[in-house]
Amino acid sequence: MEFFRNTNIDFLGKKWYFLAFSLVFSVAGVLSMLFWHHIPYGVDFRGGTLVYVKFSHTPNDNALRAAMDTAGLHNAKIQTYDVPSANKVLIDLDVRETSEQALDQGKAKIINTLEKNVPAGKVDLNNAPLLTIKNYLMDKDPMHLGSDADQKYTQQAQAILDVRDKVNGGVLNSFDQLKGTVDPAVVASLPDGFFLSDFGVYNVEIVGPQVGAQLRKQALLATCYSLAGMLVYLGFRFEWIYGVAAVVTVFHDTLITVGAFSLLNKEISLTVIAAILTLIGYSNNDTIVVFDRIRENIKLMRREKLSEIVNRSINQTLSRTILTAGLTFLTVLALYLFGGEVLRGFSLALVIGILIGTYSSIAIAAPILVAYQDWRVSQAKRATAMPVRTR
Amino acid sequence: MQKNLFWRMIVIIATLLVFLFGIFGVPQGLSGTALRDAIANRIHLGLDLRGGTHLILQVQVNDAVNVDAQNAIEVLKEQLNKNKVAFSDISQPDPQNNPDRIVIKGLPPDGRKTLMDVASERLSEYNVSSGAENMYTLTMKPQNLTELKNRAVTQAIETIRNRIDQLGVSEPTIQEHGLGQYQILVQLPGVDDPGRVKDIMQSTAMLEIKQVMGGPYSSEQQALQEKGGVLPPDAILLPGHPTPGAPPDQQAWYLVSRASAVRGKDLRDAQPSTDENGQPDVQFTLTGEGGQRFYNFTSAHVGDSLAVILDNKVQEVANIHEAIRDQGRISGGSMTQQQAKDLSMILRSGALPAGIKYLEERTVGPSLGTDSIRHGVTAAVIGMLAVLVFMLIYYRAAGVNADVALLLNLIILLGFMGYFEAVLTLPGIAGVILTVGMGVDSNVLIFERIREEVRNGKTPPSAVDQGFSHAWITIVDTHVTTIVSAAILFIFGTGPVKGFAVTLTFGLLANLFTAVFVSRAIFDWVLSRKGRGEALSI
Repeated sequence: MEFFRNTNIDFLGKKWYFLAFSLVFSVAGVLSMLFWHHIPYGVDFRGGTLVYVKFSHTPNDNALRAAMDTAGLHNAKIQTYDVPSANKVLIDLDVRETSEQALDQGKAKIINTLEKNVPAGKVDLNNAPLLTIKNYLMDKDPMHLGSDADQKYTQQAQAILDVRDKVNGGVLNSFDQLKGTVDPAVVASLPDGFFLSDFGVYNVEIVGPQVGAQLRKQALLATCYSLAGMLVYLGFRFEWIYGVAAVVTVFHDTLITVGAFSLLNKEISLTVIAAILTLIGYSNNDTIVVFDRIRENIKLMRREKLSEIVNRSINQTLSRTILTAGLTFLTVLALYLFGGEVLRGFSLALVIGILIGTYSSIAIAAPILVAYQDWRVSQAKRATAMPVRTR
Repeated sequence: MQKNLFWRMIVIIATLLVFLFGIFGVPQGLSGTALRDAIANRIHLGLDLRGGTHLILQVQVNDAVNVDAQNAIEVLKEQLNKNKVAFSDISQPDPQNNPDRIVIKGLPPDGRKTLMDVASERLSEYNVSSGAENMYTLTMKPQNLTELKNRAVTQAIETIRNRIDQLGVSEPTIQEHGLGQYQILVQLPGVDDPGRVKDIMQSTAMLEIKQVMGGPYSSEQQALQEKGGVLPPDAILLPGHPTPGAPPDQQAWYLVSRASAVRGKDLRDAQPSTDENGQPDVQFTLTGEGGQRFYNFTSAHVGDSLAVILDNKVQEVANIHEAIRDQGRISGGSMTQQQAKDLSMILRSGALPAGIKYLEERTVGPSLGTDSIRHGVTAAVIGMLAVLVFMLIYYRAAGVNADVALLLNLIILLGFMGYFEAVLTLPGIAGVILTVGMGVDSNVLIFERIREEVRNGKTPPSAVDQGFSHAWITIVDTHVTTIVSAAILFIFGTGPVKGFAVTLTFGLLANLFTAVFVSRAIFDWVLSRKGRGEALSI
């Protein structure tokens, strides 16, 4: 089976179309970064508090928003997370509500707001930590244990948490759900000290403003170092102009990927930066394959024009360029579709980046080489026209 | 050729076994659960997959510098007084931002030599410079300053580790974080309630015993009023617990001596206990030297009151009835048993050399971890199957070759992680998937080249030979660029992202072996079984 055999497409002839296409997307991205969505920083970079809550029923966003407002959290953003049937909500507090002294203040406020109708003297089992449950059991001693009570009750408390978190996804609706796994005497003793709220907090991210600024700087530095690394390595392996062409291409890919995040208003988190750094390395692969072939062909076809050689090289390697990118794209697509909410941004960056990276290794990198060559030739002509200049 | 092939197969099988051992160790049995347990033993899950708390702490290293500078000021005053050199003032002009800068004002010209002698003998870590109007400035030498700050971070890490170990958290990570910003990363797997742990870590646990010079007052203003608006220079005002009968949010204030009779480092042991009324409290004992100082102090102040102070809060005020040698207690208002236990543990673990501020806190609930594992594994299996099936269809028999190489690539990657005790995170799983996608690129490059050579009329053995030798350079170049990016990510990244960089790097390194060495050996084996002129299935 073969997809591309003996293609003979004049890629260089279409360079103006490519340039227009790239310009449209880069400029749109840059404009969005400057004037529309700006760079939608994730909590890692802007600081703030994110509290992920799972409800036992469909949450009412408006009621939640009103409750947050009464609690004094006026800038809380509330959005549905994951698929609607998961009943998950993400509450997003601005960094202004994250004080330097008590970083977790916002989180405590949110939990207090959500805890409605708390029965006096009872603790919410859906948000109780292991130690609280264990201490309660030690105190009550429903199993009438002697000396090794500590260990036994730790196990029981762990079993309760396992049923809550691993079987029921974080929220219990009734104490009956514990039956079968947890000791019946323990289950019977729980309602005396615990009640079940309609929600469970399953993930909290709190980032202080200082860390946000520091990470922004580091991400930028890492990206620059990566690009510089590529330039040095490729300049060393090929000629310097190849390195420049590859790095310009990769920069183009990065710009369009970040621009796409801005256009789509998707948050850029640490993992998205990880994806972009990976792309800086990976996008080069296709470019290197083409460059390798150009270098090989230059030796074989000394009489041909460089543009002819480049076109031939792209066509000869077209099948592997598309196949390698396509296979990687396949795995990244699997990641995007099945990898879950946490990796969504990461895999989106890779999906966009791999598409753009493949396109640009054909449409941007090779034309830069030819353009440079043409410029050199015109310079040389001018030099010969002038009498004295010798090299 | 045949013999060479035999040895290459041996190498491949040996590698396979070595890395299988890396993944499984020696499993208890061959059943599904036994194998799963074996994997769980070797490959550690990151915080984002098993649930837990991730904290980044800022060590306020300037605290440590302040302590050092204050000591230096004491030394200067003492020595200048001893040598009868007058001065008008010695102080830190900017303790917030430049705590190591000490300014001496009003030193007479003939005092200069004494100052220089004191500085070079006792304060060699400081530079002295003179300014106008008999003013001298001491600043710490940059090298000493950095050393002092780094020591504060190391000590803080040790103290925090002591405390966390006593809490019984399994496999905690406590290490310096970032690039020289005096930060500490603390990862506590399985801790779903960071509140208590955070309090325990943050408590500076600076214990002091001082003389009470006045109080309790109901507020700072009242204290000032009673003292006629000015506090005595050798005393400071500190808050304490509310006096019995007062509203619980109304702190009592005490005037205590600036100098301490006993400090935290004089502490030998602290244990939770109960007082005569059955109230939980903490009993502490002092070291020999500290006990002697305490004895001197108490015998000189019989009839006065002493205050036990923790982190600048008065915990206990007691009358000195007689000289005490080495015992004390803190009941701190009303403590619960748990609080008494925690406090004594904190005291035993020693004081932090500097204050600590939390910069970042992430808590991953176990339900999210379980979810993430399921999603990650699903995506990995689907992505991998898609690639494996595609290779079989597109390259037929050679596809089998690529698939074998790919599976071996995965085994080596996971084995690596087992040996190096690398932590598998959710982005790490993504790294495994990407390794499959990028790793198979090498096979494609080689196979496409072989096809091209066959089309150009080469015989199968020579086409294979040409294919591998031409693609090799390209494969090295492509791998180097990706690994360079991953390495930079490893240096700059934290936690889960680091896990991604690690799996991607290991995976691509292993790929150099599998896609080239292993795949070549399989080709040679297939060729050796074919007759002359038989076509290659590719």
